[in-house]
Amino acid sequence: MNTFRLALRALARNKMRSALTMLGIIIGVGAVIAVVSIGQGAQYLVQQGIQAMGTNAVFISAGSNRAGGVRQGYGGVKTLTVDDMNAILQEIPLIKQAAPALSSRQQVVFGNQNWSTTITGTAPNYFDIRTWPIQAGSAFSEEEVDIAANVCVLGTTVEKILFGDQNPIGQTLRIGNLPFRVDGVLESKGQNVTGQDQDDVIFAPYTTVQRKISGITWLQFIAASAVSQEASVASVAPITSLLRERHRIRAGNDDDFLIRTQADIADLQNQTQATMTYLLGGIASVSLLVGGIGIMNIMLVSVTERTREIGVRMAVGATEDDVRRQFLVEAVTLSMMGGFIGIIFGLVGSALISNLLSWPTLISGKAIIAAVIFSAAVGIFFGYYPAHKAAQLDPIEALRYE
Amino acid sequence: MADQITIAPDPQNTVAGGKPVIRLENVFKTYDLGEIQVQALRGVSLEVREGEFVAVMGPSGSGKSTIMNILGCLDRPTKGHYYLDGVDVSGMSKTQLARIRNRKLGFVFQQFNLLSRTSALENVELPTVYAGVPPEERTKRAMEALTRVGLADRAGHHPSQLSGGQQQRVAIARGLVNRPSILLADEPTGNLDSRTSVEIMDILQTLNNEQGLTIVLVTHEPDIAQYSKRTLLFRDGKLKRDSLVTDRLVASEVLKTLPTAEEQAAEDAATEAPGPPDVPS
Repeated sequence: MNTFRLALRALARNKMRSALTMLGIIIGVGAVIAVVSIGQGAQYLVQQGIQAMGTNAVFISAGSNRAGGVRQGYGGVKTLTVDDMNAILQEIPLIKQAAPALSSRQQVVFGNQNWSTTITGTAPNYFDIRTWPIQAGSAFSEEEVDIAANVCVLGTTVEKILFGDQNPIGQTLRIGNLPFRVDGVLESKGQNVTGQDQDDVIFAPYTTVQRKISGITWLQFIAASAVSQEASVASVAPITSLLRERHRIRAGNDDDFLIRTQADIADLQNQTQATMTYLLGGIASVSLLVGGIGIMNIMLVSVTERTREIGVRMAVGATEDDVRRQFLVEAVTLSMMGGFIGIIFGLVGSALISNLLSWPTLISGKAIIAAVIFSAAVGIFFGYYPAHKAAQLDPIEALRYE
Repeated sequence: MADQITIAPDPQNTVAGGKPVIRLENVFKTYDLGEIQVQALRGVSLEVREGEFVAVMGPSGSGKSTIMNILGCLDRPTKGHYYLDGVDVSGMSKTQLARIRNRKLGFVFQQFNLLSRTSALENVELPTVYAGVPPEERTKRAMEALTRVGLADRAGHHPSQLSGGQQQRVAIARGLVNRPSILLADEPTGNLDSRTSVEIMDILQTLNNEQGLTIVLVTHEPDIAQYSKRTLLFRDGKLKRDSLVTDRLVASEVLKTLPTAEEQAAEDAATEAPGPPDVPS
């Protein structure tokens, strides 16, 4: 466009100043693009990781979010049972295997160390469903479940606190007041999504926990594994209707359980990551604002310096609109050129950092389009006041300006 | 009217028989400065016809700058009418006046007022940009104008690469590029040395004689006014005297009597360093 070229020529008359003015926008846009691209790379990685964990898992927990108007959560609802689990295994072929789970907090003692931790009762196939390998010893066996043996498997945090450097396998510790033999130690899983330490736990046969520790027969959740990822999603409906029937829940009432597939969890992770990315992007946008203020300042200085020039333009026939448009276009040209350079810098920057961290480099088309629109908007918004001032100059005064 | 206005016999008929391009009818201009009101013009009426060459003179505060602003459509009269080419422009909006300035008026300033870091050609093109002329036509017209002032070979130069006289010539070319009815010049020789001033007056006289361009010029130098054909003397916001120039100077003749730049330089050098007595001066 003609006005665009005239604006470029006007800006080229003072290249240094134009370059410095653009710097704010370049940094702002570059930062936003880089942050969003890196964030998306991180998201992708996490997704990949979740995928690797096995997306066939289905978790059925007792107590929905809204049971009878009161939030029930763990332990509040007593209707989930081992029989439910067996029914699911029998009647829903999509589900390959399942393990029951119930927990309670207990004081655990070994020697002169004691520690308060979570005791979770479950079956041996739980570790397979959760892809949680044993690093030492072995899990308890089906027979030990049948006889409610006093055996247990330790998480690495508990192992470190109670046993330090000693070998825990075969040792006896006290859970509550009962002696338990340590059969195995699990690999470390680290923190979960909500920041809890997943290794601060002891697993024991569910029969033992039900009869000898917590005294309850109902379950807190069932961990199941479907035949495939699609099956896990497809199993939600049949499990729901089966359990509603077994629990005699009338139509219109809420479920007294909550089913989550690994896919759900992956989604949640994704959302959290995305929120983080946009939050950081938002913070980076502040520098875009600063860049805009920079443009306004420089344009104001420019208008003052070019007062005589504006007077001459008006004398030879420029209208207020002509003058306003000229300075507005100059401001927008500055901001958009800064935007484009910023996009390039941002992409290069994110590629470098991603490479350094061995992350995949993802280019967000949306972020680029947003950056272009934002730069234009910043130019129009922050360029308007100086342009207006220029247009309002009185030609006679302007021509007399020293 | 109480004050005397001396008018030479039939100035219009002797000067030119053209139609009136400028007609001021009882023009008043009052500036409201809050507590005080300044009456810059107090009932001015005059007429300028096509092909005239008029000099506007007067001391500070006489109203000569105000008259030029009104003639140049940069300001509007508080009372009275201004007919430019037969059209009453006194009540026009700022935008309309801008268009009038673009089409009908050319401006030449004391301080040249060229755009820096811009070629002479682009400077001359400026009025055509606001006239909406397409790019090729713009360049053509600008080159024509530069040729008329004898600077076609300097079209690509920037003002910093041009002498004062050349810059003023570029400014004149800019004033001509839209083929206006009138050229308004505000102290055009104020920033130039004696010889260059005469060169500029030569160009103006040529434009006036050969192309019939109407020229209105403001000056405080009586010498410069002698190049024009008619003088308007202002005082205290009124037109005091409207007379024809007698013993008019012809710039091209005057130039022949003045030393050229080289001769001037040689003369200066000779006077500065007195050499041995037998060196010719």
